[in-house]
Amino acid sequence: MVKVLDYIRLDKFPHVWCPGCGIGIVMGSIIRAVDKLEINKDDVVMVSGIGCSGRMPGYCDFNTLHTTHGRALSFATGIKLANSKFKVIAVMGDGDALAIGGNHLIHAARRNIDILAIIINNWIYGMTGGQYSPTTPLGSFTTTGPYGQVEPPFDILQLIKGSGAPYIARGTVYHTRELDKLILRGIQKKGFSVVEVISQCPVSFGRRNRMGSAVDMMKWQKEKTVPSKKAEKMSKEELKGKIIRGVFLDEERTEYTERYEELIAKAKKVS
Amino acid sequence: MSKARIMSGNEAVAEGALAAEVRFFAGYPITPSSEIAEVLSYLLPQVGGKFIQMEDELSSVGAIAGASLAGLKSITATSGPGFSLMQENIGLAFMAEIPCVIVNVQRGGPSTGLPTKASQADVMQVRWGRHGDQNMIALAPSSVRESFDLIIDCVNLSEKYRTPVVLLLDEVIAHMREKVILPEKEEIKIIERKKPPRGQGDYFPYEVTEDAIPPMANFGEGYRYHITGLTHDETGFPTSDPEKINQGIRRLYQKIEKYKDEIIRVEEKYTEDAEIAVFAYGSVTRSAYSAVKEAREKGIKVGLMRPITLWPFPYKKVLDLANKVKRIIVPEMNMGQLIEEVKRASSGRVKVDGVNRVDGELITPSEIMAKIEEVS
Repeated sequence: MVKVLDYIRLDKFPHVWCPGCGIGIVMGSIIRAVDKLEINKDDVVMVSGIGCSGRMPGYCDFNTLHTTHGRALSFATGIKLANSKFKVIAVMGDGDALAIGGNHLIHAARRNIDILAIIINNWIYGMTGGQYSPTTPLGSFTTTGPYGQVEPPFDILQLIKGSGAPYIARGTVYHTRELDKLILRGIQKKGFSVVEVISQCPVSFGRRNRMGSAVDMMKWQKEKTVPSKKAEKMSKEELKGKIIRGVFLDEERTEYTERYEELIAKAKKVS
Repeated sequence: MSKARIMSGNEAVAEGALAAEVRFFAGYPITPSSEIAEVLSYLLPQVGGKFIQMEDELSSVGAIAGASLAGLKSITATSGPGFSLMQENIGLAFMAEIPCVIVNVQRGGPSTGLPTKASQADVMQVRWGRHGDQNMIALAPSSVRESFDLIIDCVNLSEKYRTPVVLLLDEVIAHMREKVILPEKEEIKIIERKKPPRGQGDYFPYEVTEDAIPPMANFGEGYRYHITGLTHDETGFPTSDPEKINQGIRRLYQKIEKYKDEIIRVEEKYTEDAEIAVFAYGSVTRSAYSAVKEAREKGIKVGLMRPITLWPFPYKKVLDLANKVKRIIVPEMNMGQLIEEVKRASSGRVKVDGVNRVDGELITPSEIMAKIEEVS
């Protein structure tokens, strides 16, 4: 039995998240993974940017850092390069990671620095009241898209793949056990790992797009997503409108801080 | 005995940073500061330090703040356009009290301006560039050797007061090559951040202490505390309690204010009997000193005041000066920025005149001399 409460700063509760929000489920998955891997809490650094996801570090009993909007990965990069003993987990939202923080995301992936980046994708800027984000589906209604979303969304996984990260996965907050495994593997992986987690924002997105309650939105996750293994056997026609879950990439590539240690060894010979 | 060497201001900053035990640099290339990054990319790994070229200036400050939290003394270097981009995370470093140093080698502005030419037009941006009430420490060297000394002072000040500090060079100092004799290692004083005493129970990262400087634990040392740019209480967690907000913001602001007499350094030459004073900083001091000596030879009683610390501004020293002299001349490579502080400090006791250039060229001794003769 995982003692989740051992990893939570219970005195900071109640949390700020709305009823039905999926972020707490992601937090649970991270905690279960850290516990299962028996990582010392003193060696875990959880970093976030701004937005609903940005509040997660405040509730977790690790070394925690709530930074500026979009910049979580730049602080995480400094921490990891300064001391590679840390297990660095960056928690970001879709707007945080892909709009204002998009540049940091692709460059962290290119460097392949050992950080687990979790992108909680709820298609919306929740904390500021429901404006459209880089993942808002075309046609969806948002407070800044009152006529329906006019911009196409990012394909996060393709973006990351093109940037060079060796581990890329997607889960949902409905499929919690699967999410536990995806995140656990992401923490284990030596390199830049990205786990996109499809989550629900019933208050700012669901309500405006008539998706029903949080439970309805989670049912949607169950019905609209298919595991990658099953997807392999499905036709293009069958896959239309479906979102694929699972591990998309898990390769071995030399990690940045390891390569930097080699550079130091080389430099010391010169001096 | 160290040997005499010929080096530029930028090279001196890089070597001074190493001497100050800086072990982390993150930056983004920009003229006229790039040599600092280039030299450190070569030297830092030789001592086991880390150099990283980031994707922009925003992330450069993020990375040095992160590295500082992980326990390494960290700096970045940039110029005006990059400094503008850095304001966001400098604000976070100030708010969260993360020691780090930002070197700004000033070039002509506004905007892309004059990448290869000199300016002193970022003086006010250093002080007021970020949103919210903030206090900043900034030092300005006027020689190559002083660039070496002041980067060490900046690192020490940032560790001592747990705050970001700016070293404000200008292009003239950065690219000028001079003969320098660098101090021996044992002559250099290094200050470490104040650590929390172990085993004292709950650690409060923003504890209200008598000296107003909270002890700082590094990440990974077992304290597991929280850092946020949100307004927080002594525990480091966000607060909306007006009393705690008031206490926290006032402490943060007054932390620098409280130690200003320790931080402020001013150099004076020939001011004892001066009737006219020239108030100059950075590279302009060199022309000013030359003009002052020339005026003295002509029998005009002129003195020189040079603030080494630009921020906090030496209001009291300037007031003392204003009580002694009849006139103050402030030559600056901008439209007149620090002159307003000189006027504020002297409270109308003397007339204050500016000598200004914004064409990227250093103000010459003869331009300052002409002003001295005009007002004498």
